[in-house]
This record gives sequence, structure tokens and C-alpha cells, in this order.
Amino acid sequence: MVMNRMTFSINLIADLQEIFRYQFMQHAVEAGTVVAIVAGIVGYFVVLRRSSFAAHALSHIGFAGAAGAVLFAVSPVYGLLLFTGVGGSAMAVLSPRAAHRDVHIGTVLAFMLGLGVLFISLYAGNSTQTYSILFGEILGISSSDVLLTLAAGAVILAAVAIVYRPLLFSSLDEDVAEARGMPTFLLGIVFMLLVAVATSIAVQVVGVLLIFSLMVTPAAIAQQLAKRPQTAMIVSVAIALVATWLGLFVAYYEPYPVSFFITTIVFSFYLLIRFVYRKIKPLRVYRTTFEDTQS
Amino acid sequence: MSTTVSEIITASNVTAGYPDNTVWREASFNINRGEFVSIIGPNGAGKTTLFRLLLGLQHPLGGNIEIFNAPPRRGNPLIGYVPQRHGIDSETNIESLELVRLAFSGKHWGFSLSGRDRKVALGALRAVGSEELAHRSLNALSGGELQRIFLAEALVSSPELLLLDEPLSNLDLKREKDLVQLVNSVVRSRNVTALLIAHDINPLLPFLDKVIFIANGKVATGKPDEVLTSESLTALYGVPVEVLRDSRGNVAIIGIDEHHGDE
Repeated sequence: MVMNRMTFSINLIADLQEIFRYQFMQHAVEAGTVVAIVAGIVGYFVVLRRSSFAAHALSHIGFAGAAGAVLFAVSPVYGLLLFTGVGGSAMAVLSPRAAHRDVHIGTVLAFMLGLGVLFISLYAGNSTQTYSILFGEILGISSSDVLLTLAAGAVILAAVAIVYRPLLFSSLDEDVAEARGMPTFLLGIVFMLLVAVATSIAVQVVGVLLIFSLMVTPAAIAQQLAKRPQTAMIVSVAIALVATWLGLFVAYYEPYPVSFFITTIVFSFYLLIRFVYRKIKPLRVYRTTFEDTQS
Repeated sequence: MSTTVSEIITASNVTAGYPDNTVWREASFNINRGEFVSIIGPNGAGKTTLFRLLLGLQHPLGGNIEIFNAPPRRGNPLIGYVPQRHGIDSETNIESLELVRLAFSGKHWGFSLSGRDRKVALGALRAVGSEELAHRSLNALSGGELQRIFLAEALVSSPELLLLDEPLSNLDLKREKDLVQLVNSVVRSRNVTALLIAHDINPLLPFLDKVIFIANGKVATGKPDEVLTSESLTALYGVPVEVLRDSRGNVAIIGIDEHHGDE
């Protein structure tokens, strides 16, 4: 498909009609929308549970899986699902408590990246596919990938809806949840599996290395803005959606990678909230738990 | 329920700890309904271990412990628990009401549709005098305010036994006093039983029915006046200890150097 260099017109509707003429753009918008919704919601729990490093590591573990899948001429997403699923469950089982697990996770992720490098070197083909695993290739999504993304997204959303309250409570106050007889260990595994599947489909959009921009940053921004979980999840999804849609829109007209635009838009939101919003917020006092202890 | 004194906790010859590390041994005591009990002792003596036994998170190595006339089991709804540490920190931007609501209905699958949990949670916040904190974010609360929210979180399921692990640590003197009075009024008005772990017994002394003193692998239980004596604590610690009292009844526990004056 040969694409001429396009420019914006004043007429947004006409622009969108133009964009949606292409099937690859339709697929990109469909998959991107599902990924943004899923990442925004799962990301909320990732941030609440302080598991962003685990999410980051899972995507790297997924890299080995994707590279392995390419080696065996299978769609990378299956390798991603397998490796992140196994890796995520292993993390949850081996260190049920979030604290002090960083070193173990880091050790495993370094090994997995090494394995990924081995798979790449064994794969005699070109490096395009490796590149797209690392940085995402949303414009190359096939219709079967879209269906798989849709199915995975539906499973994740259904699972979150079912475990919503227990997962939220055990993420917020694990010790009390445990004493209350809630299955905190099992919830930890369910959570890691949710992150695993969400990561696997999000890799198509932003790639292994940029997963933070959809899975963590929008949710972290949302948690600054909203103090009710459901509101925060809506904000988180909205940020991820705006970044994905806007990124696709801009990338249609510019010759640069979509994932660059998505990460840049998310980062702009982050800067805006981090430095502007906090300043204009009237007299918000950040008192920590222990501040009034010293008298 | 019953008009007679009823035993909430019965421990006979309980030994606690881990197979390769006994924390304390052969403790026997009873706690009755409506009693306000403080658990004190040095760091690492096994105060939290006692809570873990009562919560069914750990089993005794020996002896027998019963709570509400049955062996402890995890998830007993009759117990309200405030752990020493929560996952809540300066980054937790979630309003107090959400936490208390989840403490009431977090066990249930799916979303809350009825709004009953909201009502009950507001009631629990009112009970600890913190209704006005309902819509404040947890990371914007002071240490004293947070402890009230945690107390509401424990009370929201109408427990008959409260286990409070070091709620007074990190509070200044005034907030410490306020919280002790609040716990005492909850105990008296609802006829619930409260076990409170503390490192300083003095702010609690005017209100306590019993003291559980854990030190040196041993447990002494009784009325404060019985336990907090030079004789009983000397026996407990295994080294000479003197209990001093000031004019207001505050106690100070002082270890006496056995070799004093030897040289």
C-alpha cells in the first residue's frame, strides 16, 4: 500500500473519514481502543498495589516469549501470553507480598531478556519483527489480532468486574483483608494474570519497552486527580484513550512511529499534572501518616 | 447477649512461635466480654504473635486457645482487626469512606449496587466521631485521624472483639489520650472486648481491666495492679525489676543492675 503524504484539513469529519478508509487504520483504532481501556483499568490496580516494576518486568518476560514465537513462526502474541502468564503466576506464588520482591523480579527479567536475545539471534529473518515487539507496531495489526485483542480485553474486563471489590480491598489493605479471611494469595495470582494478559495485548500498541506509558502513567495521573476508585479508573482510561487516538491521528499525517506520539502525549499529561495541577490546586496539604508524631 | 460474665478468649498452656523458634510458652489466661485489655512488653516479645493466633493466621505450638468457645479461624467476622502497618501511605489518594465501605463489603464479588455499605460505613465513621473525614483522602489525614478511620474500618462489621496493634505509636500525647478515650468509650458503650498492643501502658492505665505482659518468653496476665508489681515483673523477666509509681499512678519499669556496687 502506497500512502501519499497527507496533511490536516480544517474539516475533522472529512479527516476521520479519510483515515478510516484504510483497513490498517481501522484495525489500529479498534485494537488501540481495547488496549487503552484495559490498560487504564488494570493499570489502576498496578499503581494501587505498587506493582509497576512487576508490570514492567512482565513485559520484558513477554519479550522472550514473543521472540521465541517468532522463531517458531507463531504470532508473537501467543508467546507473550504464555511467558507473561507463567512469569506472572510465578511472581505471585514465589513472593506473595509486594515488598522486597524487586531484586528477585529484576534478576528474572534480566535472564528473560537474555533469552530473548538468544531467540532473536537464532531467528535468521530480519529484525523488523524484533523492532515491533520492542516498540510496538500498531499499524501492522491483522484482523485476527484485532479479534484476539477484543477477546482478551473482554475476558480481562469481565474478570475485573467479578473480583472488583475483593481485589480493591486486598490491594488497599492487605493485612486486614487477610485477617478477614479473604483469599489474598489467590487474588494476587489473579491480579498478575490480569497484568500478564493486558501486557500481552498492549505490546502490539506500544511495545515491550514502552508499556509503562499505557499501563502505569495514565493510572498514576488518575490517582492524583480522583480519590474514588471508579472515577480514577474512568480518568485513567480517558487519558489512555486520548493518547492512543490522538497518537494514531497525528501519526497518520507524520512519518514517525505511533508509539512515539502515544508516549509523548501521555508524558505531557504527566508533566501537566505533576507540575501545573499541583501548583494551582488550592492549599492542598500533603500530610503523611507520621507527620504529626513529632511534637 | 448473656447477662453473666462470658469468656471471650480462653488460653491454657499455650506456646507460640515457629517450630524452630519459640516466642513464648505456657501462657494461660481468660479474657471476658467487655474487658479492655492492654498487651505490653518489649519489641519482639511476641505481642503480635498473640494476635496472629487469635486471628487464626498462626497455630499454637502447644496448649489450647479458644475464642468465642471455638478454635481460632481465619476470617472470623466477630473480630475487628487494626494491624500495625497498612498499605496506606502518602501516595494513597483514596477517600476514607471508600476504605470503610470496602471493609464492610469487600468480601463480596462484583460491584456494590445497593448503597447499603455506604450507609453502614458512614455509621461506623460517625461512631468514631469522624464523619467529617468521610470524603477526605487517606493521604491527607494526620496520624490520629487515620487511626480513627482504621478503628471505623474495624468496627464496620460490628465485631465483638477488637484487636488493635500499636494504634498509639506515632501519636503525640494529646492524640494518644483522645484515641484511648475513644477506644474505651467504644468498649463500654458497645460491650465489646478490646485487646490493644502498646509500648507505653501509662495512657491506658486508668481504663484497663487487664494487662497481658509478655517478656522473656513468658506471659503474665491479670489486673494492672497485680501484674505491674516489682515481684511479678521480676519473676517474668528473670532479672530484678523495680516498678516505680508517681503521684498520679503512672508506672515506670526499671531493670536493676545486679552487679551494682560489686567493684
